[in-house]
Amino acid sequence: MRILTALGTALVVTALGTSGLAAKTLRMADSTDIAAMDPHSMTESNTIGFLNHVYEGLVRYNDELQVEPALAASWEFVDPTRVRFHLREGVTFHNGNPFTADDVVASINRAADDSSPVKSNLPGVASIEKVDDLTVDLVLKGTDPIVLNYLTNIYILDKEWMDKHDALLPSDIRAGKENHAVANSNGTGPFMLESRQPEAKTVLVANPNWWDTPKHNLSRIEFSPIASDATRIAALLSGELDFITPAPLQDIERINGSEGTSVIEGPELRTIMLGFNYGDTLHDSNLTDANPLQDLRVRQALNMAIDMDLIQKKVMRGKSRNAGLLVAPPVPGYDAALDERSPADPAAAKALLAEAGYPDGFEVGFDCPNDRYVNDEEICQAVTAMWARIGVKAALNAQTKSKHFEKVLAGTSDIYMVGWATLPMLDSYSVLSALLHTKSDRMGAWNPGGYSNPKIDELTDKVAVELDQAMRTAMMSEALGLAKDDVAIISLHQQPLAWAVRDGVNLKVTADNKPRLWYATVD
Amino acid sequence: MLAFIVRRLLQAVLVMLAVALIAFAMFRFVGDPVNSMLPEIATTEDRQALRAQLGLDEPIPTQFAKFIGGAVQGEFGISYRNKRPVSDLIVERLPATLELVFAAALFALLMGVPMGVYTALNRHGFVSNLLQIISLIGISVPTFVTGILLILIFSVWLNWLPSFGRGEVVQLGWWSTGLLTISGLKSLVLPSVMLGLFQVTLIMRLVRAEMLEVLRTDFIRFARARGLTDRAVHFGHALRNTLMPVITIAGLQLGSMIAFAIITETVFQWPGMGLLFIQAVSFADIPVMSAYLVLVALIFVVINMIVDLLYFVVDPRLSVGGDRA
Repeated sequence: MRILTALGTALVVTALGTSGLAAKTLRMADSTDIAAMDPHSMTESNTIGFLNHVYEGLVRYNDELQVEPALAASWEFVDPTRVRFHLREGVTFHNGNPFTADDVVASINRAADDSSPVKSNLPGVASIEKVDDLTVDLVLKGTDPIVLNYLTNIYILDKEWMDKHDALLPSDIRAGKENHAVANSNGTGPFMLESRQPEAKTVLVANPNWWDTPKHNLSRIEFSPIASDATRIAALLSGELDFITPAPLQDIERINGSEGTSVIEGPELRTIMLGFNYGDTLHDSNLTDANPLQDLRVRQALNMAIDMDLIQKKVMRGKSRNAGLLVAPPVPGYDAALDERSPADPAAAKALLAEAGYPDGFEVGFDCPNDRYVNDEEICQAVTAMWARIGVKAALNAQTKSKHFEKVLAGTSDIYMVGWATLPMLDSYSVLSALLHTKSDRMGAWNPGGYSNPKIDELTDKVAVELDQAMRTAMMSEALGLAKDDVAIISLHQQPLAWAVRDGVNLKVTADNKPRLWYATVD
Repeated sequence: MLAFIVRRLLQAVLVMLAVALIAFAMFRFVGDPVNSMLPEIATTEDRQALRAQLGLDEPIPTQFAKFIGGAVQGEFGISYRNKRPVSDLIVERLPATLELVFAAALFALLMGVPMGVYTALNRHGFVSNLLQIISLIGISVPTFVTGILLILIFSVWLNWLPSFGRGEVVQLGWWSTGLLTISGLKSLVLPSVMLGLFQVTLIMRLVRAEMLEVLRTDFIRFARARGLTDRAVHFGHALRNTLMPVITIAGLQLGSMIAFAIITETVFQWPGMGLLFIQAVSFADIPVMSAYLVLVALIFVVINMIVDLLYFVVDPRLSVGGDRA
């Protein structure tokens, strides 16, 4: 009898399912699995992006990458170092708990805890204070014009739920204990976690009680990681998937040429660049007593010798966007007038080298990753060949990203490739503070070569606290212009961003490479 | 007997220690895990704090001692990337890899043995020559190419079988199995063919060579003289005498199949230990890498020890101390 009832229920459910109650499932694959469900346990952008479907911050980026209200309905600066957030009323977590100021306080404290890697994404926050049940004050260490940008990435968890599962702090690796939030979740977002098998499948279902009016029509998202490019594309072509990211450049034509699938593309925020060693000697060179890279003319020559048009056409298959500046157009501080990249001129480059005292060029080390950026190793090979034409013999060392960045950050590289998307703050200050500012404990973490320009430092420090948006942007453009004049770092291009979908999936590429499926519809 | 086992066990411990040392030394060369754990904008200060938190700033002998201390208790710490205990991650992935390896081994035996027998009995037949040529291709084509080809034919063109993953799995206690669902079984086909193809060739050639050898021996001649049927001679006498070395080799190959499953698992996104290891390498996830290496070494050591013991049982000449002589 019980079996019969179960069967009957199953039949009814099936009938409902097929009777067009719009059960829209989106099956997607990325190249890596999300690291964990705990939004404060890591800062990988693909995981953070995916978790935004389950968890939300006080504010969020919309599909145009503008900050808009999310869990905070509105906010105001009470004074320059105190932001008051008025929380949205009537929001509930997936387990039904109401969303209140206590949750915000507990979550911000959790993210800013010493054991949390996310605290690096919250540099300006001093403390968080509850005002009443639906109001909180964020106290800043100093004026911070881009605090809202940071907050898009800081997700809010339910305090009661964390309390119950002993998860008020993120996992502490040294303690050797797993945190409940790593495999479970309880957010406020448009989708709820249904099941998760790491490295195999993570299933989300639509949250019927979401506070926002859904623009999507999905009832279910099935996420699978597929590391192998060939397999990921095969699964899309065979109809096992509806959406894949990324779509490798060399396969774009094939996907577009196949029936029922197409590639959606756009420029990414990430700018690819080459940094220099500014020390007194080179690490890998025939010159032992001098560093030619300290000479502006040498840096100009190296920049001039690179034919980006050729690289754009041949290596990037016409999909990249050559850059003269260190930031992409959507990033505040970008200045179109400065973005021009002059055409390659090997003859002039050679003349500059001669003028600098290196008519026959020199040997120099050149480090690249081979699995981090789009066609990274190929770009470096092309650049090496172009430098060879002006006599500079670069010893190219292309290796896996973990090795590459270890070497770069240790400051033992002469010329190195690095890409910068300015995320999560989406602001030129990111480039100025991390790449161009003179190295110190809190600044210049990605300036291992030791570049130092007092004028840029001064502007950067002013930008950090300037609240007037127009003045701030002007100062950032000025600093970026100075860096360009100095050829402090060679900017190459913004790499292309390509996702692929089956026909009937409507989705827009966002330049930060985070799919926002609460905007996706399936026909 | 006991002395032999004790000696073998001591040797095994030495091997494991050596592997642990090599694994540990290797971590110096996989890159700095801190870089993939913190956001790009993390300050130098933050990076140093995390390094201290992970104990990466301690002297190397101290780190190694801690590592061995943990490993002995089966405790490999928390994965840097997944933030979960490594032992849990391994236990979760182990069933996937073992099911794949056993399916592949079964496929290899079921295909390889009959093919070997057939080619031995019909040495100059057209089909035999064809099988020989095909098996040559099977041995020479890299496995990832066969994998991609299988996906292209059976998933993209024919749409018969899934191109990735393990399908629906059923949880039996801590063991997750894909053998009880249709989608699980379908998902198992292509990866096990890919992993087993090389072994098919190996077993087929081994069976063929052994069988030819046995067919030339006197007792087969006498069996024929007794008027036994071909069937009885070939399968009752010849094949049975062929299988002993085949079983030994197949057993030893199990270990290398577990190790080689890395490639198959990467191509088919099979959520096993190999995939876990590959992911760990690209994120410099030291706890996961060390646990995997130690575990694979352990599997090899155990298999070798079982084989040694079997020989000891089978062949009295091997009793080293001469206690049976």
